[in-house]
Amino acid sequence: MSATQLEMHAQSMSELAAGLARGDFTSVELTQSLLDRIAQLDEKLNAFITVTAEPALAAAARADKARAAGDGGVLNGLPIIHKDIFCTRGVKTTCGSKMLNNFIAPYDATVVEKLADAGAVVLGKSNMDEFAMGSSNETSFFGPVSNPWDLARSPGGSSGGSAAAVAARLAPAATGTDTGGSIRQPAAMTGTVGIKPTYGRISRYGMIAFASSLDQAGVISRTAEDAARLLGVMAGFDERDSTSIDRPVPDYLGGLKESIKGLRVGIVRQHFDEGLDKACGDRVKEAIAVLESLGATTVEVDLPNLDLSVPTYYVVAPAECSSNLSRFDGVRFGHRAENAEDLLDLYCRSRGEGFGDEVKRRIMTGTYVLSAGYYDAYYLKAQQVRHLIADDFKQAFAAVDVIVGPTAPSPAFKLGDKIDDPITMYLNDIYTIGANLAGLPAMSIPCGFVDELPVGLHMVGAHFAEENLLRCAHKYQQATDWHTACPADFL
Amino acid sequence: MSLSKDQVQHIAMLARLKLSEDEYAESVEKLSRIVDFVDQLSRADTVGVIPMAHPLDTAQRLRPDVVVETDERDRYQENAAAVSDGLYLVPKVIE
Repeated sequence: MSATQLEMHAQSMSELAAGLARGDFTSVELTQSLLDRIAQLDEKLNAFITVTAEPALAAAARADKARAAGDGGVLNGLPIIHKDIFCTRGVKTTCGSKMLNNFIAPYDATVVEKLADAGAVVLGKSNMDEFAMGSSNETSFFGPVSNPWDLARSPGGSSGGSAAAVAARLAPAATGTDTGGSIRQPAAMTGTVGIKPTYGRISRYGMIAFASSLDQAGVISRTAEDAARLLGVMAGFDERDSTSIDRPVPDYLGGLKESIKGLRVGIVRQHFDEGLDKACGDRVKEAIAVLESLGATTVEVDLPNLDLSVPTYYVVAPAECSSNLSRFDGVRFGHRAENAEDLLDLYCRSRGEGFGDEVKRRIMTGTYVLSAGYYDAYYLKAQQVRHLIADDFKQAFAAVDVIVGPTAPSPAFKLGDKIDDPITMYLNDIYTIGANLAGLPAMSIPCGFVDELPVGLHMVGAHFAEENLLRCAHKYQQATDWHTACPADFL
Repeated sequence: MSLSKDQVQHIAMLARLKLSEDEYAESVEKLSRIVDFVDQLSRADTVGVIPMAHPLDTAQRLRPDVVVETDERDRYQENAAAVSDGLYLVPKVIE
């Protein structure tokens, strides 16, 4: 094995693409080396629910053949992992739940189809909080995922498996989904890059629904450049998703070249209140100083209803979840209780047995806020407050191009620390939830360490201003090297 | 506001969830705390504010009502626990 092969796992997708083009290694060699690494290291992390070794090697062989013939898509032969929320035809798709432990997806999600058409090689399906409901990956039926920076700590959630695998160099990038912070918070906790684009930018077809007005697919990678590359493939109109936006996809990769001179960066005063760990706040302020040194100007902005974003979310998201998850009835697919007495017993026991604690809690919260006599006080009220929050952002974006701040209030917490207290867990998403409520694109990038644990810088843009986020992130990564740091056990 | 066990039982029935006795006790405690938490919303002044119906403030797209799906019943039924002659089986509904 040559020296370049030894270091394949450490390379970004862009570097791997160059290596493949030069003929330093083949896609089959690259895929096999990462599969070996997964076999060797994932027992420490539990980042995978399913490893798809055979189809991956077959796809890699096809990619090598295409390359030799001068063909192949923009991701030809490049490895990726899918969060196990995306339906993958013929492959178990569990959404982290016992409910779908036996579910073989009969079709591909649009995201899966697009990445496959571009030539990507899928190494497997990553672990996640059950039905994406959680911020620590501890609600998964398949057990918690460990953070590669400290195995006793959570990688965040719900896309914790994707984030842990990318941080541990088991793959250069992975797909994720983000309903309240589920891409960005795990990215921050694991020192990776995570982007959730504008609502409707990427198709939700075949992505198992949690809260449909908030859910959005995105990317976890190690560089902003790779995020741009993948987003360009994943974004775009899809008639199979009724909320997909019909709007041209810009050249995200090409857009990285421009400078951020004159870019107006908004700082939210409330972000640095007592809820934020002081050392994390210092890292974020240092990162803002770097952006200033690159030519960005900072402006203070106000988001007066920010503190209401978490309670708003915990009405809207459970309401939509209770409706979406009513499809799991034990009849057409999913877990089915044995020896049911009658149809009602079949429904109640299949659901009682198939769902975990947090999912049941959210279904019940949603059922309550939508029930007769409570709808106006909770659901309607929350949708009104949601409008206020969205208007706050609209006003802020009249004066700035990007809003920056912390992604999470603290670095990665210990597994077991917050799982018994739903409210403390929910408050972990205080900085990220606003972007989902308002449908805005947002991103987290690594910006330093506190006690040897990564800290994330959060950036939010106006609707469809993903290019500003990616450019800002790329320029920051050219000026700093936090994103190249690798956890010691996974060098 | 604290929820009663009766209320939680009613919610669980509406949600078609069978819970164990332990789960009921825990749900009463935790759901009460969640309801208390979201009660913060009541202090927001929302007089005259239109409830948000779409994150991008646009209307839902419509499509022509034409058949686009092909019949893949057999493949879809591979995921069902009990089928017979192309039908999904459930416990007897009519006595």
